[in-house]
Amino acid sequence: MNEYAAVARGVTKRFGRTLALDDVGIKIRAGESHALVGRNGAGKSTLVSILTGMQTPDAGEVSFFGEPAPPVADSSAWRRHVACVYQKSTVVPELSVAENLFINRQDLGGGLISWKKLRAEASSLLETYDVAVNPESLVSTLTVEQRQLVEIARALSIGSRFVILDEPTAQLDGPAIERLFDRMRSLQDKGVTFLFISHHLQEVYEVCQTVTVYRDARHIVTAPVAEMSKPDLIEAMTGEAGGLNVPSGDDRPSSAEEVLTVSALSGDHFSDISLSARKGEVIGLAGSASSGKHEFAETVYGLRKPSLGTISVNGSVVRGGDVPAALKAGIGCVPRDRHHQGLVLDLSIAENATMSTAGAFVWPSAQRSAGSTAIASYDVKAAGPDQPVSDLSGGNQQKVVMARALAGDPSVLVLINPTAGVDVKSKESLLGVVDAQARRGKAAIVVSDELDDLRVCDRVLVLFHGRVVREFARGWRDQELIAAIEGMSSE
Amino acid sequence: MTKAMTPVAAPAPEKQKLRLARYQDLALVPVIILLLIIGAILSPIFLTPNNLIAVLTQQSELSLLVLGQAMILIVGKMDLSLESTVGLAPALAVALIIPSTAGGLDVGFAAWLALPLCLLIGVAIGGLNGFLILKVGLSGFMVTLGMLTLLRGLQLAITEGKSLIDVPESFLYLGSTTWLGLPAAVWICVVCYAAGIFVLKYLRAGRSLYAIGGNSEAARAAGIRVDRVVWTVLIIGSVLAVIAGILMTGRLGSVAATQGEGMIFQVFAAAVIGGISLQGGKGTLFGALSGVLMLGLVEQILRLQGVSGFYIKASYGAVIILALIVTRFATGQKQE
Repeated sequence: MNEYAAVARGVTKRFGRTLALDDVGIKIRAGESHALVGRNGAGKSTLVSILTGMQTPDAGEVSFFGEPAPPVADSSAWRRHVACVYQKSTVVPELSVAENLFINRQDLGGGLISWKKLRAEASSLLETYDVAVNPESLVSTLTVEQRQLVEIARALSIGSRFVILDEPTAQLDGPAIERLFDRMRSLQDKGVTFLFISHHLQEVYEVCQTVTVYRDARHIVTAPVAEMSKPDLIEAMTGEAGGLNVPSGDDRPSSAEEVLTVSALSGDHFSDISLSARKGEVIGLAGSASSGKHEFAETVYGLRKPSLGTISVNGSVVRGGDVPAALKAGIGCVPRDRHHQGLVLDLSIAENATMSTAGAFVWPSAQRSAGSTAIASYDVKAAGPDQPVSDLSGGNQQKVVMARALAGDPSVLVLINPTAGVDVKSKESLLGVVDAQARRGKAAIVVSDELDDLRVCDRVLVLFHGRVVREFARGWRDQELIAAIEGMSSE
Repeated sequence: MTKAMTPVAAPAPEKQKLRLARYQDLALVPVIILLLIIGAILSPIFLTPNNLIAVLTQQSELSLLVLGQAMILIVGKMDLSLESTVGLAPALAVALIIPSTAGGLDVGFAAWLALPLCLLIGVAIGGLNGFLILKVGLSGFMVTLGMLTLLRGLQLAITEGKSLIDVPESFLYLGSTTWLGLPAAVWICVVCYAAGIFVLKYLRAGRSLYAIGGNSEAARAAGIRVDRVVWTVLIIGSVLAVIAGILMTGRLGSVAATQGEGMIFQVFAAAVIGGISLQGGKGTLFGALSGVLMLGLVEQILRLQGVSGFYIKASYGAVIILALIVTRFATGQKQE
């Protein structure tokens, strides 16, 4: 067996005039977990699509275990060499787990499909990889975690011993991430090789042995994880010395004036939550995916109807379950998922940024200048306000969502996962915006699992099963907070 | 220094793309000019005012349906029942006025009520479609397919399959008169399209159609009242279909039992040729209008060439497919 599971050499890829990969390489040793990190736009996704046979490089070569890669047209040959679990699901939601595992080979070589045999094969396959999922259930009923495991099992059953995980942890909560890592380690012991892509550098240290950094379409460094300190890694990614520079905001002026008052609010998956935010105060909401923190924030913004309780801004009660009313009252929101709720991808930056605030008449010139202002104020890397947001990288798209939330100069900001799936630089700039807005006297609620996001907050409330269980003042310790999020009591 | 890479590399191709996008609207204009030239070569009377006015008049009813359908498609829905509305609304309105001896229902409403009644019927049909789709949560395709058959069947039941000939004078006026040398029907279309283009470009309410069709969840999160807008668009679509029905009744002098039948196919063809995406969120009304004109010119060329009646239907189908192919390459976009 060859020493390397996958090797790419001298790979160059252009899209139009944009150089996506510039003479890069990667060597992934068999049996290791190899991390690929870089900012949005560094070329990671392009490399993945080349390593999985979705795209042909303009120059360069790819080999698996010493064999040259098959031609792009032969997708079944590619699948025997390499499998990829994307952020977006590649399973068919309305088919059963069993059928998804053997999709396009349901007949198991027999010509006619025997459903009984298919279920039996699926059960034994799931058992082999220790995936506790009923093969007869529909994939649409699975959790994200279970769905990923099914995808991994399917990949391994096709014969691939090299698996690419493209931001697998982005939609998982803490315990699920740990379980995924345990599984990666045990599969690694059985000889499976992983290429692991993540924006969370901590995860790289936890689960990988080697790390490769790309920046601006070029290969920067490949080194054993043990020899790369976190600041070195961030420097390699950004080209600038120093770690993540998040404003902690502990010098923010405080005020006694209450802006947002939530009293005894109950709704989907949470009950009886009261909180009040003063001018210039940033409140963090943490908790597992099932804690009800997202639902609470969405209820405050009017995306969901409360069943009990009231929300008021500057003393006046806001009608529940009514987004226009919330906007009018001065609540701005960055919704949970920018693709699902945040942006209309085919529309321009200007149009997306002004969507909540446009008057009855929309003058294109005024809209364009509002778009230009947003681009300048929120540091969006774009060609101009007319550019469709679908062209932008994740971090820049998120800045447009932020611009929209702030467009009406609201007095309360509700930010749900404001830095999800964005690179280090964009994260700094987005959190900088939160800090700056708080300094201007806005109150903000930041809902996030990421400790970096919560560091900008004055206090952090931890939700568990729909109730506030702990409150941390500034200066909390990571371990303490994580323990509270996981529902473990700590003294 | 590391930042230099992204911003410098990106702008050049983007700008080019933007410029193309701006002219996408005009993609069919060269094709229309080409058709005018071909028509003129094949037939000496093609470029005469009378012939061109005839083309515009023939297309006026279709164009109103396309206007409605285009807005409905942009918002991410579709309405198949428009063609039945073209027939039912005038038939019902007229039947409520004329006596049973003339094929009416013996209700005996005053003759001047014909137009208001007809428009009201349109509002009711669009409102009912909206209710079933948005409030009951049924599939828009199936609801309007059911409505297509239901409304056509109702018209046959009311009129017992006969044409209504005894139509009030007020009802015939718009479809038969001319203003400033052009048929009123053409003026009405021009005004409706001008209003539609303006609303979809310059009004927040109009822009919300694109936001809803592009990503209705994002539109909701941005504070757009999605259901209300979609419902309004469905009602406007039905009312435009009713106006098309009124114009058709006036042009022909009676309400035929089959009025509007088979139009929905051409409506979709013109909209798609004009660059309206069936997936929602994309396309302009100007594009849709040029799709209508393109189909009208091709039809007229075939008619003047004296294509046999037996072949005309097949040739329309072929023309639509051909037009789709031409559009595919003129705009460089895949149609979905």
